Amino acid sequence: MNKLKAIAFIIFFCTMHIFARCQNMDPKTEEPTDFMRSDGKIYVVVAVVVTIVTGIFIYLINLDRKIKKLEKDQYK
Amino acid sequence: MNLQTRMPAIPAWLQMQKNNMLRKSWWKILSFVLLIYTCIMGFLVQIPVLDGRMQQSVRNLFFHVPMWFCMQTLFTVSVIYAILYLRSQKPLHDHYALEFARTGIVFGVLGLITGAIWANYQWGKPWSGDPKQNGAAIALLIYFAYFVLRGSVTDTDKRARISAVYNIFAYAMLFPTIWILPRLTESLHPGGLGSEGNPGLNPNDTSPQMEMVFLPAIIGWILLGVWITTLRIRLRILIDKKLGYE
Repeated sequence: MNKLKAIAFIIFFCTMHIFARCQNMDPKTEEPTDFMRSDGKIYVVVAVVVTIVTGIFIYLINLDRKIKKLEKDQYK
Repeated sequence: MNLQTRMPAIPAWLQMQKNNMLRKSWWKILSFVLLIYTCIMGFLVQIPVLDGRMQQSVRNLFFHVPMWFCMQTLFTVSVIYAILYLRSQKPLHDHYALEFARTGIVFGVLGLITGAIWANYQWGKPWSGDPKQNGAAIALLIYFAYFVLRGSVTDTDKRARISAVYNIFAYAMLFPTIWILPRLTESLHPGGLGSEGNPGLNPNDTSPQMEMVFLPAIIGWILLGVWITTLRIRLRILIDKKLGYE
């Protein structure tokens, strides 16, 4: 199961550049043509910060589960 | 309910775990939701135009300021457990006091660093000896000494008792250093009262829309701090059990 998850993650991240490529900017006017580039590209920062916070929380959830497992073993 | 009818002989420890706030998950989910809301709305919410004074950097209100709220909360919980330890002599209370102080320091340091970054662009340099900066640094140094003190006593009972007493002293010092003294003098912090002192943030600089992000931000960051602390406490309890103290 963990292998499957790892493979799914790799595939997901390998396809990320497609999202990046299919968005673009008008080369002449530098005017944004998509959502992520509107409003001075502020949504890029939002995406970065949300990714960081989500990552931290995933990490904490994993840690929480590991400790919970240890606690259960302790009492057995 | 269902679980109990299916398994009549539910062990006492499991019962204890189920009632234990540390291991409940609803507030962890709440913390995640609030912080994601903060991180999205923190960038998108309309901010007031303050004669171009702070511009977009006023959004640090949702990230820098909650660090201090979180630190203050964690230190408060820590001192409560220190007092409880002095009354009960239970090692568990000492663990609580220690770990809450530890996470509190982490948030305090983060507050200082983020404050220095902000100050670099707002006041010209990262450290201008602002009374609030100095006060916060002194308060943190006093808390660092808490760990030095702990490290210097080898006997566990004695360490717990001495550090509980010191914890109360350190907490008492928080008030002059970050609450009272910086307010008595002029500060670069936008208090809006000039030479009359300042509360750290000017109520006129915020808008109701910003408050709607600020409050969830405070709660979210505090809950995150509490979560990290509880993980460390649980780890410490496990280590103790393994070593056979309890």
